[in-house]
Amino acid sequence: MSEQHEQAHHIVSPGTYIVILLALLVGTALTVLASYIDLGEWRIAPGLTLFWNPVVALAIATTKMMLVVLFFMHVKYSTKLTKLTLASGFFMFLVLVGMTLADYFTRAWGRW
Amino acid sequence: MSDSNTIVEGGQALSNSASSANSANSASSANPASPANSANSANSANPASSANSANSANSASPAHGEHPPYQRHHFETVDQQFDATNFAMWLFLLTEVMFFGGLFTAYLIMRNWYYPAFVAGSHQLSIFWGTGNTAVLIASSFTMAMSVWSAEMRRRKSLLLYLCLTLVFGLTFLGIKGIEWHEKWEKHHIPGMHYSVQSFVNPASDIEVHKQYPDDKPLPPDMAQKTEEYFFLYFAMTGMHALHMVIGVGILIFMIFRAKVGAYTTGHVTFVENFGLYWHFVDIIWIYLFALLYLISRH
Amino acid sequence: MSAATIVSLPDQSTARIPKMNFLTKENGLLSWLLTSDHKRIATLYLISITFFFFIGGALAGLIRLELLTPQTSLMAADTYNKVFTMHGIIMIFFFLVPSVPATLGNFLIPMMIGAKDLALPKVNLLSWYLYIIGGAMGVYVMASGGVDTGWTFTTPLSTHYVNTHVISTAMAAFVAGFSSVFTGLNFIVTIHKMRAPGMTWFRLPLFVWANYAASILMVLGTPVLAITLVLVILERAFGIGVFDPAKGGDPILFQHLFWFYSHPAVYIMILPGMGVISEVISTFSRKRVFGYTAVAFSSVAIAVFGFFVWAHHMFIMGISNYAALIFSLLTMLVAVPSAIKIFNWTFTLYKGSITFETPMIYAFGFMGLFTIGGLTGVFLGTTGTDIHLTETYFIVAHFHFVMVGGMLMAFLSGIHFWWPKWTGRMYPEKISQFAAVVTFIGFNFTFFPQFILGMLGMPRRYAAYPPEFQALNVFSTAGATILGVGYLLPILYLTWSLKYGAIAGENPWQATGLEWQTQSPPLTENFPEIPIMDHEAYDYEWLEKQNIARQQQKEVASVG
Repeated sequence: MSEQHEQAHHIVSPGTYIVILLALLVGTALTVLASYIDLGEWRIAPGLTLFWNPVVALAIATTKMMLVVLFFMHVKYSTKLTKLTLASGFFMFLVLVGMTLADYFTRAWGRW
Repeated sequence: MSDSNTIVEGGQALSNSASSANSANSASSANPASPANSANSANSANPASSANSANSANSASPAHGEHPPYQRHHFETVDQQFDATNFAMWLFLLTEVMFFGGLFTAYLIMRNWYYPAFVAGSHQLSIFWGTGNTAVLIASSFTMAMSVWSAEMRRRKSLLLYLCLTLVFGLTFLGIKGIEWHEKWEKHHIPGMHYSVQSFVNPASDIEVHKQYPDDKPLPPDMAQKTEEYFFLYFAMTGMHALHMVIGVGILIFMIFRAKVGAYTTGHVTFVENFGLYWHFVDIIWIYLFALLYLISRH
Repeated sequence: MSAATIVSLPDQSTARIPKMNFLTKENGLLSWLLTSDHKRIATLYLISITFFFFIGGALAGLIRLELLTPQTSLMAADTYNKVFTMHGIIMIFFFLVPSVPATLGNFLIPMMIGAKDLALPKVNLLSWYLYIIGGAMGVYVMASGGVDTGWTFTTPLSTHYVNTHVISTAMAAFVAGFSSVFTGLNFIVTIHKMRAPGMTWFRLPLFVWANYAASILMVLGTPVLAITLVLVILERAFGIGVFDPAKGGDPILFQHLFWFYSHPAVYIMILPGMGVISEVISTFSRKRVFGYTAVAFSSVAIAVFGFFVWAHHMFIMGISNYAALIFSLLTMLVAVPSAIKIFNWTFTLYKGSITFETPMIYAFGFMGLFTIGGLTGVFLGTTGTDIHLTETYFIVAHFHFVMVGGMLMAFLSGIHFWWPKWTGRMYPEKISQFAAVVTFIGFNFTFFPQFILGMLGMPRRYAAYPPEFQALNVFSTAGATILGVGYLLPILYLTWSLKYGAIAGENPWQATGLEWQTQSPPLTENFPEIPIMDHEAYDYEWLEKQNIARQQQKEVASVG
């Protein structure tokens, strides 16, 4: 029962919220700036290149999301069930996107 | 699973609270810090529950007045109600994640296939308004979190202030969205409504964008036509997001009226907390939309 | 059939239906339409889905009538397309998906876990209203000319080439989908947060586990269908181009998104039925379910793996060979948990004291027919075989075996099993056993020939077919007539039993499970006091001790 009490009782302080707010605004500025710079690419294999710009943009977006989730949405102080629920949501989203894209990316590989 | 221990302890907690109520000990283990509950357990010098507590199996038919007025009857404790509704809101957010997931999938496929068109389309969006909107929404998330804090600290005026600020930010966001969409309408960039590829086939004809991106080459006609896909995704994703914002704004207005009469500052923070989750979720969607739609490549 | 029976009814000359129960608590239409009692909502659902089942069944009758002759004799080909489309949409979205969860699940889950109601009773009522609104829209579509794309709405046919009511149907399915989401959401929260003291996860009845797994599928899968339908509506209304190759879209994208839901949907449909079978098989063999943990985990495994296999509906549609390979492998995997269940039920039967009341007859039918249906699913999961068999009657036979031979039999099994609890009265045993056997015979005559037809190459969704297939089609239609009789009989005798059935008492089957420890029909708040769970699931020894203690104390367990 005590874990659940924590959620009902752990009140995140306004100070924490302000820090997170500033971090989010900084992240926004960073991501805008990064889009103006060509960050290059990584040629993994012939025909398979990874461009860094979208990776950085998504990484910054994901960091911002984690800050909102952990602090504004109180997940850091939530039960294991809440964290598990969140994780399963992400996982299912990744399955949808990933396995669908797996079809599209492998079409160009041709027949066996 | 920890849940199983919880339920067994919950059974203990229930029988404890029945017996502790009878010994006029208001430190009920179910809900230590809630003054409403200690007032209630002081109330329970109630013949029905004293008879019942003899059988520790039956600790869960509280007579009226043993629980706060906002606790529904099918719940045993306020904590259970809070936990259940909170969990329910998280599950609802999961459904929203999967709902937007379909759009993100379509986006990723189209962007991979028609990258030049997506770059050109992205250049048509105003980085100024987009970044501004992102800042506005992040600020609104902050004020929403502060609203939840105010409700938890039972500060009615503070709650009202932050809810109103959140509303203002939300409306500002929608207003800026409206400006951006209107711009698209003027330039004939709305798919299915007299869509025009002029700005992409001949970038020089689009003066303001051409000034920002003078190196943009004209697209061949078939790739230029694919910008319609980009804008379809732009409108579908920001439109779906805006729809969720509108619903959120509607609920916010309702909450402001209720907060004014003190509905959320008596210890019953559930509604504000759960709405906060929804609002933050809408913010998170925008964080990704901003990165994916506005920042494709500005170099 | 054995004359032995486990039924133990109270003395009929003195037994009465308890005066105070959830049906008599309040009167009047509004008390039903605005109820938050999960049992009343379950009753509302039961009536509604029966209504839709008969519409869907009538459409099935029309299909079989048309297929008596190789030519399009009864209706034009376009009309035939509308008939099978509406049959699929109604049966899937308005009957099978809500069948066990919304009726039996709503009714039983709070009682099985020892709670007074679901976690969100008003959301439960909202679920029913959304279902009714979606259903009304579906009826409107039928009345105004129908839709003829097949229930799968395949693009670009549905978005560009037909002029039937695609948008209205998509909206109807969208609304009904949210009904499903809210039911699933309610179940997950309830099962996590509202279990009685002592009711640990591994003491839950397997029916609860099965519904929990199905609820995960409902919550995570249905929203993807929702967005897909939105995209179809936008494509049709505004020509946005997401599924249109001429504008740069991809029709296969629709199929990916559609089947991402629709494959888990089949598990949404079957898992609750499997939950019913676990309960019935245990009760009528007087034995705890063999390998409780395995059955519980296999339900969750089916739910999880069910999300990874959707493209096996798309092997011939143009997905890459590598993707086809992966999805085929995963499809093999997802069959394993289902097989584990069948094995466990079989081992439950072994050395049990088996009696053949109606629910058990349906359960046996389920085990046999679901095994065949499931096996043929594995055949279809292998890409090579699938190329030959897809879009033929083999597929039609496969899914009818699992859905009708499996799920519908499980649903009827459950309805009969819990009828005494729901209404306080027993159904008439002899005629119901007869109806169960008639259903089984009719089903096999209807659908087994369709496997052969599929192997021989008869395509599905065709009103006209080569004349050499006629004999098997006639056989199938004859079977359908028998099947129709089998389904009509329960409506008649169950309605009859409401007034004239024997009084059932608390526990006519002497089953374990908290729902059987309370009066029939139950009180609105389910239990006079919240029970404490202190024994394992399917504990027949505990039940014996309980009965002896009751005898000794002569406790009165019902109110009024």
